[in-house]
Amino acid sequence: MNALLEKYPDEIKVILAKYPTDRAGKRSAVMPLMYLAQREDGHVTKDAFEQIAEICEITVTEVASIIGFYSLYYDEPSGKYHVQVCTDLPCALRGAEQFLENLCENLGIKVGETTPDGKVKVEAVMCLAGCDKAPMFQVQSPEGLEYHENQTVESALELINKLRQG
Amino acid sequence: MAEHILLRHRAIPGLDQFDTYRQNEGFVALRKAITSMDPDDVTNEVKASGLRGRGGAGFPTGMKWSFIDGHNWPHYVVANADESEPGTFKDREIMEGNPYQFLEGVAICAYAVKANDAYIYLRGEFWPIALKLDECITEMEAAGFLGEKVFGSNISIHLHTHLGAGAYICGEESALLESIEGKLGQPRLRPPFPPAVGVYSKPTIVNNVETLTNVPFIINRGAAWYKSMGTEKSPGPKIFSLSGCINRPGNYELPLGTTFRELIMDHGRGIPGGHKIKAIMAAGASSSLIVANDEALNTPMDYESVPQLGAQLGSASIIVVDDSVNIPWLINKTVHFFKHESCGKCTPCREGTYWMMHLTERISHGEATMRDVELLHDVASQMKGKCLCALGEFSIEAVLSGIERFPADFESVTAKSNA
Amino acid sequence: MPTKNMVSLTIEGIQVTVPDGTLIVNAAKQIGIDIPVFCYHPKMEPVGMCRQCLVEVGRPVMDRATGQAVLEADGSPKIQFGSKLETACSTPVTEGMVVIGTSAKALAGRKDILEFLLTSHPLDCPICDKGGECPLQNLTMRYGPGQSRFVYDEKMHLAKKLPLGELIYLDRERCIQCGRCVRFQDIIADDPVIGFTNRGRSMQIFTCSEPGFDSYFSGNTTDICPVGALTTADFRFEARPWEMCTTASICAQCPVGCNLTINLRREARANGELVIKRIMPRQNESVNEIWICDKGRFAYHYTQSKERLTQPLVRRDGELVSIGWDEVLSYVAENFVHADKNLFTLASGRLSNEDLFNLSELTAGLGGKSALYTHMAGGDLVAQIGVGQGTNLADLGKGSVILVVASDLEEEAPIWWLRVKQAAERGATLIVVNPRYTKLERYANHVVRYAYGSEATTILAMINSMSAKQNFPKAPKFQQGGQAVKTAAEAISAAENLIIFYGSEGIGLEASQALAQACANLLVVTNHVHKVNNALIAVWPRANEQGAWEIGYRPLPNLKEAFQQYEAVYIAGADPVGDDPSLVEVIRNAGFVVVQDLFLTETARLADVVLPAQPFTEREGTFTTGERRVQRFYPGVVHPEYKPDYAIIAAISKLAGVNTEATPLRIFNQLATKVSAFKGLSYRLLAQVSEQWPIIGRSDLYYGGTSYANAQGLGVHLSLPTQIPSLAWPQITEVNLPESMLLAVPVTVLYDRGNTVTPDELLHGRIPSPYIELNPKDAQRLGFDAGSRLQFTMGDILAKAILQISEQVPSGVALVPRSLGIPINSPTIIELTVV
Repeated sequence: MNALLEKYPDEIKVILAKYPTDRAGKRSAVMPLMYLAQREDGHVTKDAFEQIAEICEITVTEVASIIGFYSLYYDEPSGKYHVQVCTDLPCALRGAEQFLENLCENLGIKVGETTPDGKVKVEAVMCLAGCDKAPMFQVQSPEGLEYHENQTVESALELINKLRQG
Repeated sequence: MAEHILLRHRAIPGLDQFDTYRQNEGFVALRKAITSMDPDDVTNEVKASGLRGRGGAGFPTGMKWSFIDGHNWPHYVVANADESEPGTFKDREIMEGNPYQFLEGVAICAYAVKANDAYIYLRGEFWPIALKLDECITEMEAAGFLGEKVFGSNISIHLHTHLGAGAYICGEESALLESIEGKLGQPRLRPPFPPAVGVYSKPTIVNNVETLTNVPFIINRGAAWYKSMGTEKSPGPKIFSLSGCINRPGNYELPLGTTFRELIMDHGRGIPGGHKIKAIMAAGASSSLIVANDEALNTPMDYESVPQLGAQLGSASIIVVDDSVNIPWLINKTVHFFKHESCGKCTPCREGTYWMMHLTERISHGEATMRDVELLHDVASQMKGKCLCALGEFSIEAVLSGIERFPADFESVTAKSNA
Repeated sequence: MPTKNMVSLTIEGIQVTVPDGTLIVNAAKQIGIDIPVFCYHPKMEPVGMCRQCLVEVGRPVMDRATGQAVLEADGSPKIQFGSKLETACSTPVTEGMVVIGTSAKALAGRKDILEFLLTSHPLDCPICDKGGECPLQNLTMRYGPGQSRFVYDEKMHLAKKLPLGELIYLDRERCIQCGRCVRFQDIIADDPVIGFTNRGRSMQIFTCSEPGFDSYFSGNTTDICPVGALTTADFRFEARPWEMCTTASICAQCPVGCNLTINLRREARANGELVIKRIMPRQNESVNEIWICDKGRFAYHYTQSKERLTQPLVRRDGELVSIGWDEVLSYVAENFVHADKNLFTLASGRLSNEDLFNLSELTAGLGGKSALYTHMAGGDLVAQIGVGQGTNLADLGKGSVILVVASDLEEEAPIWWLRVKQAAERGATLIVVNPRYTKLERYANHVVRYAYGSEATTILAMINSMSAKQNFPKAPKFQQGGQAVKTAAEAISAAENLIIFYGSEGIGLEASQALAQACANLLVVTNHVHKVNNALIAVWPRANEQGAWEIGYRPLPNLKEAFQQYEAVYIAGADPVGDDPSLVEVIRNAGFVVVQDLFLTETARLADVVLPAQPFTEREGTFTTGERRVQRFYPGVVHPEYKPDYAIIAAISKLAGVNTEATPLRIFNQLATKVSAFKGLSYRLLAQVSEQWPIIGRSDLYYGGTSYANAQGLGVHLSLPTQIPSLAWPQITEVNLPESMLLAVPVTVLYDRGNTVTPDELLHGRIPSPYIELNPKDAQRLGFDAGSRLQFTMGDILAKAILQISEQVPSGVALVPRSLGIPINSPTIIELTVV
């Protein structure tokens, strides 16, 4: 009774087919399965740890250590949309830090916090490979990732408001 | 500007569509390799071309392919699309604009090293790009250019995308392999190297996206043609990612050997806001700071010349720094990056990046003395030559060169505190 | 085996020649040079992550054109040193290499790494259990900086008393991220239930298993942890290493016979007596290497329990009252003599060779009968074709076949499970024959399933499968198992060596005899007897059961009859009533019953005389392991008011007019003359040691951890007789299971409610309540949910158990763990009802 397998049988089949069928190969599926499990609640639940462990034939501890290591996996809920602004060196040289500060001021939160309606969390992140289009950010949601580049505070606020409403 | 070999979509709109690509010399090289060349011939051609890895290390590509262990099977190819070095955004543009040429390069490499499966490891943030590549692969399979019996031969080549999840260290080739295996993305002990022991302990060739994107043209037009571009030791075109204090940031495909001046002042249209150029970081955050004097600006950008400035060309991610930038602030930024991305496996990097970060924080905020600057220099020197992988080794470059080459910036920032 | 190429190199100016492929750190060890390490451990592959072992490495310069070494002016080879220091743990030696760890550059490297480690490592030494046996402490004193340049407020502050489960505590601040614990659990124990979470400086150890750190080998990580990050709850804040004295011992829990070192300290609260502070492993590469399981490590508190019997008791007017030794011994002897050839002695494998020998001498001297209390048979066959001199599980690899039948080896003998697993990983062919999945199957090349009751027939079917091609004596036809049996048989046919382990999974005495015979037949017909690395091994329930068989003890199928028949009964180290409450009336009504034990057991409560005995920690003696190795154990805690079993027996013997020796050395010498298997053995021989590799437990604790070196004896194998057992085709009674009934089968669990485990409060969380395990389909059919309270009759007893459900239980079967309070001896048909 593996809820993940029951909900996404075809997708999981496609995922497992990418890798060798032995035990070493099954373990490779842990990363794509993590994204799949994250679709539901924006984070990976304890139950999902166990389901992933079962499919990949590894222990729950091994699954949990993968979550802790990588920045894009979450084991706790924190806002539906993550607005992740790059403030790394090349973007910072083009005003990304001020952009982020102004954006947060406008939203009434500090960097790293979530808006009161629980919908949008604004974070500072490392280089997103959009250095020539700074200021820029990505929006991570359960459905996936989207880049928004060459932004101003106005354009960013417009987008964020759409997210909060929709 | 000469013909684009890599960023061909700038001249050919819609090149990311299967039919458009096909109509523009698409898949000719792959067909040529599979139907009329031996795998070793392909490797030899790439060897002869002098193509060097474009991910930063500059290792001769054909030589790497020839190292693959012929006694251990199966073989694998892994394309490193984990582009995470600050200031680097070339692989992204290739995969967005000219995906089929990249995939064709991967397939040719697979054929050359007799691999049936290739993994394309993309950083997690390139999610939409991975979806696009999946579509491209499906198209190629439908046309018989990938999958079982490629071009009707008895060769099978399967390409699979695999997404990372936000760890710069996974761009290090052995950490990348660990990550594909579903383990923590921490580098392995080397030797052995991937061509001997790679993913799933099998012989594996790991190449950068840009490197592989060169391959179809080398096969189509030949090694001699390829060698006619660039310099003798660093042939071929290179995509230079230009960012920072510059009027026209972006990717520029230019021959290796182009000078810094040409890239920054001509193509990049110089420094905005009336500022003067102060420093150049040629290899993204993993750089030594090059003092941007005339000598530096006149230096050709290739793997042999840049070291004469006490720096490396690396991935050619050129970050331009102007005189409004305070170097302590800058190295605080780079050190934060490395501390955040350190995998934690080896002591010097794990403890050293953490220690440096505390020091650069205090120094850049004017809460430190020159003794702290000396300590910072000590800590960075203490890490040198001791780390398990290049992340730790490169994390100190900006720090050491910043302190040594821009002492005035540090003196002014510490002058506020009591010595 | 072809000899490896040898390589000569120079380390710190000293020449050393080692086999090609040796790592620098190990080559140095062989000439007494200790290169500091943290992440490297000689029992695991190197990872080169702590960087503490950095040394300068120079190599001879070769002329590319001629292929010859370039020479200096004086004729010595020109040496080129690398620009970077290299890790000694991961670099193999090469001819002419020059290694320097004490140059200014290398010493600076050592200091730098230590400084890095100490930036956030807390100054906990005054309160840290590891103080005094801490590699980080020692190396810091030797190579590290005296002062920190790190700002205190910027240190990482992390959890300091985090229980990873209730047995092991983690202090995250002390952890230096060497990864030894994670790698041990992953590679050696194959229980990856601890791991690293987060990355960079935030990287920490954690566990997600339920219960936490769920592994039978967890205690070993505290030996190899080079700092005080991992400590046992058992030893936490208990003593300082320099306060403790040591004594060499042997674990008394199971037939592996792990070598132990007991640490003791004299304490005021114990009236100035020695108290056991902890149990540590002692190195014996032929038995347990440097590991022990958690049961052996933690389940010793019974020896210090307040419930222990302190005085002899005698029944007067229906009550048990205290009595003096002299009086009680005369009383017992009198009654034994009076019984006149009607004495029945029952002993278990808990007793030492000395105890058992004296007891059998006494019994024989009085014309009585002795028996072994056990649920397993076949020791007589093991005595004929068991392990002999030269056999070592560590030497098994390609070409060897290991067959494990009717045993959940990890539960029954964890360190054997570890050794067999490692043999399989080295290339030995592992065949697991069991009715249900057990953890050993992870490494099995072939798995054969059978229905409970068919264990012997399955082995016999393998013989049949082979006899088609080879000329075996005619055996009755046993067709079982189909293709799996055939494949296994083929693997065995091709084997150079064959070792068979048989256990007691789902079987009682009778079936065990049949199984042992079948296994013996298999070894005999394939000629895998009386050769090195070929043997029959029984996974006995107790430590010295093989010793008992060798001395001549045999189990008695009908104990009830014996208790009723004999006038005097002497029970030592066994609790038949506790295991089977239906024996209450039998014992109560039996003649003169003497019980000799540590605790007032259920059997003792009904006895006429109760004699207090001593556990192995307080006395001297020898045990014979299941691999037929005799090993000495020495007294740790000394209690002159107690008497060891052999001494009590000797005193009774004397009073009864039977000649026995009263000291262990003399008893053993007698044993060696009278029992042919023990011929040639002596205490001196058993105390001999030889150099073992890797070199563990010396002053450089960091290399191997805090396991102890073995200076007290490696033990010696018993000899084997010249004749081999004849083939015998056992009578198998088929088990017929009526539809919709369940067959309850006994299985073994490591942590049970035995007398040696329950006094350990620390382990209470790991000891299950009495339970019964069913297949989900059966549970559904019967309408029971997991966790339901069920009851069923077992013989005359009404047993209660909680229901657990598992896919791995075959249908129609109910697994009943032994020694949890449910009296089960052999497969029994039962009917379950809800309480």
